[in-house]
Amino acid sequence: MRIGVVTFPGSLDDVDAQRAVRIGGNEAVPLWHGEHDLKGVDAVVLPGGFSYGDYLRCGAISRFSPVMAEVVEAAGRGMPVLGICNGFQILCESHLLPGALIRNDHRKFVCRDQRLRIERTDTPWTSAYAAGQEITVVLKNGEGGYVADDATLDRLEGEGQVVARYLEHNPNGSLRDIAGVSNERGNVVGLMPHPEHAVEDLTGSGTDGLGFFTSLVEAVLA
Amino acid sequence: MSRVVVDVMPKPEILDPQGKAVLGALPRLGFSGVADVRQGKRFELEVEGEVTDEVLAEVARMAETLLSNPVIENFTVRVEESAEVQA
Repeated sequence: MRIGVVTFPGSLDDVDAQRAVRIGGNEAVPLWHGEHDLKGVDAVVLPGGFSYGDYLRCGAISRFSPVMAEVVEAAGRGMPVLGICNGFQILCESHLLPGALIRNDHRKFVCRDQRLRIERTDTPWTSAYAAGQEITVVLKNGEGGYVADDATLDRLEGEGQVVARYLEHNPNGSLRDIAGVSNERGNVVGLMPHPEHAVEDLTGSGTDGLGFFTSLVEAVLA
Repeated sequence: MSRVVVDVMPKPEILDPQGKAVLGALPRLGFSGVADVRQGKRFELEVEGEVTDEVLAEVARMAETLLSNPVIENFTVRVEESAEVQA
């Protein structure tokens, strides 16, 4: 499959995400924030970083970039979209995902190998995992605290929209230990930890993140 | 030109780590008597022409679209009187 990876001004992990897409067995297609063009891709990854310098709020400016108009429209038609870290923040600002991400409760940037439990596996990004599977991937964020009102959190839990949860240690004050959520349909997934940094043994912390990039193939072949 | 001010604050129920950091710094600097600090943002919009109700409504739309995130923040819109001179 052809998976687009958007580069915004200030994106950091776009090249890592492209590499993870290729290692996952798909073709990586670079997309540019300033173009109204998804180049006919089958899915889109919004990578981590500090798009537009995190000015105003993380993801607040990126949300209105030309490419995001296309992403929002395609997501509405069911195209798979994965937002990682800053990408998750952009998806929340775009209202493609509920809730918001605020500064870590302990006020420090966190960078660690993080244990997670995959809770929703019927999405195009997580179907390679078993329900309840525990994985370890890198987490690195300054504004990763997931918040939403209680009614929204209850709905997310009730509808099974919590995709991943922090295990052993809540690294950023996220409510109900939420590390990732999906929209109702499941095609849009946001995740604060970085599976694209855990796809090769060479660079440490294992290959537990690879499933996010092989799931699309499995979802199609299934 | 008229100035319209939009104040954006984190909702009361949303944790404000920056405000907490400021609150923690005050007693270290010898300031006492502050029970809580919330940190927000202030936007000053220089608006062309008269500030009518329509203009204020338009600014409110700007505030809810871009200047604030309604999931975590509240905002207020007000006209700053031109007689006010900054010290």
